Amino acid sequence: MSSLSRDDVAKLAALARIEMSEEELVSLASQFGMILDAVARVQDVDLDGVAPTSHPQPIRNVFREDVVHPSLTPAQALSGAPAQEEQRFRVPQILGEAE
Amino acid sequence: MSDALSKGEVTSTELTQKHLDRIADVDPAVKAFLHVDAEGALAQAARVDADRSSGKKLHPLAGVPLALKDVLTQEGIPTTAGSKILQGWKPQYDSTVVSKIKDAGIVILGKTNMDEFAMGSSTENSAYGPTFNPWDLARTPGGSSGGSAAAVSAYEAPLAIGSDTGGSIRQPAALTGIVGVRPTYGAVSRYGLIAYSSSLDQAGPFGRTVLDTALLHDVMAGHDPKDATSINAEFPDVVAAARKCDVKGMKIGVIKQLQGEGYQNGVQARFDESLQVLASLGAEIVQVDCPSFEYALAAYYLIAPSECSSNLARFDAMRYGLRTGDGDGASAEAVMNATRNAGFGHEVKRRIILGTYALSSGYYDAYYGSAQKIRTLIIQDYAKAFAQADVLVSPTAPTTAFKIGEKSDDPIAMYLGDVATIPVNLAGICGMSLPAGLADEDNLPVGFQIMAPAMQDARLYQVGSALEAALVSQWGGHLISKAPALGGSK
Repeated sequence: MSSLSRDDVAKLAALARIEMSEEELVSLASQFGMILDAVARVQDVDLDGVAPTSHPQPIRNVFREDVVHPSLTPAQALSGAPAQEEQRFRVPQILGEAE
Repeated sequence: MSDALSKGEVTSTELTQKHLDRIADVDPAVKAFLHVDAEGALAQAARVDADRSSGKKLHPLAGVPLALKDVLTQEGIPTTAGSKILQGWKPQYDSTVVSKIKDAGIVILGKTNMDEFAMGSSTENSAYGPTFNPWDLARTPGGSSGGSAAAVSAYEAPLAIGSDTGGSIRQPAALTGIVGVRPTYGAVSRYGLIAYSSSLDQAGPFGRTVLDTALLHDVMAGHDPKDATSINAEFPDVVAAARKCDVKGMKIGVIKQLQGEGYQNGVQARFDESLQVLASLGAEIVQVDCPSFEYALAAYYLIAPSECSSNLARFDAMRYGLRTGDGDGASAEAVMNATRNAGFGHEVKRRIILGTYALSSGYYDAYYGSAQKIRTLIIQDYAKAFAQADVLVSPTAPTTAFKIGEKSDDPIAMYLGDVATIPVNLAGICGMSLPAGLADEDNLPVGFQIMAPAMQDARLYQVGSALEAALVSQWGGHLISKAPALGGSK
């Protein structure tokens, strides 16, 4: 039986940028063993020499002509912004420690 | 409906108003819609009526109302994907699917409920509460496109659009007694379809009959330069195929791995009967073996969460959507962490964490890498099976509609409901679910699934129309006419 500790889940949550309550961390850790056991079945098959598929289609590079198309106005682009200033998205502090 | 409109027996405005009234009447109980755009719908209906009276040549579906899954953007109309993180967001553009249906003159009634970001099989994961199955309001309509399926099943809309990443069109179609099709991957543009798992996602049509579904499929499909994975080729004529109703001489392959143990008796019984019907219509039934399908579910629940953990990174509280915890010098990272905690529901968090784990160094090869190789084996199984048969068939879902809350605490039981639909997504081929009757033990609809190779979507409609015609004449009407009455006044 695979398992993941509360601290393992906390580490993954930090990587995924999701703050989680203690209760959520514990409950997710308890479910994770079961889920991992179910998906670990992919390791029961002999996969030597099998090529991976990342996509259902044989993908080639897709090119288009480099022409200018009309796009959103600044007002449209900002219409869903949680905060804006001087026709720009206003974001919280990204450098250094908060005061 | 299309006939009555073109003959002038009814106007689109009348038809649209009738459906808006029906929504007002039954949706408080069904809860299929998250947003109803009465004003926009009536305006589009009026435009179509004006065009018709001026003698303009119109598409057969012009003026017919439709319900749209809330995963597709529609300019100016709230689009949430069933998530709090997008509450109140109004897209600045139409998805390609929406542009196409607007151009055809189809009337969009509103946006339908869904599992958050299409992650789920019951619509219970919506941040806005569950949708209820019109056949039995104590049960789920399936998911994730449960709102769209319930709207069609409850006569709130004759047509609907859903999206299918692991069965999210076919399974709810089965559980609500209607027709649903997942087109070939790349046949319908994903531009403006909010991404869950990009290599599996595909939008598709719902209808009450195979022909209705084909007409909508035809409007949606086509190459789109805005989607680099969109197929640039001639598309099969699904409408002509849906009018054929002929399976004489066709080979129909029954997948050994997708029946028997784990399938409810009534589901298996209706499936077996439908096979006999197809045989009596002149099709040849063969058994095919797809041994790797046993691992499809495990592969799917690694690939889809892995892709979602990357796709949902875009919800970062910076450019649109929810932002919480801003101010007092909080850092961007702290705001992101707080917003994603407040904005995402349990199932979405669970899948993001699982995907983050499967993609992390040290585990990548064992989990995500192995799942990608299983995907190759499944494609090879299909190739061998399609060498022996024109189409493959199975029950759509192992059970009929389950009770609300029955599986919500048991993710593995919930995931098992997708066991028969997932292989189609992993291989990028197409599949249809159509009604096969009611299960004896609970009197609830059973779905019959038809699968065809990539770009052979017409075969689904050819076989589906033949089976439907035979079953409808046996039943003396469409299955949906046996659904219990809803609401007070009608």
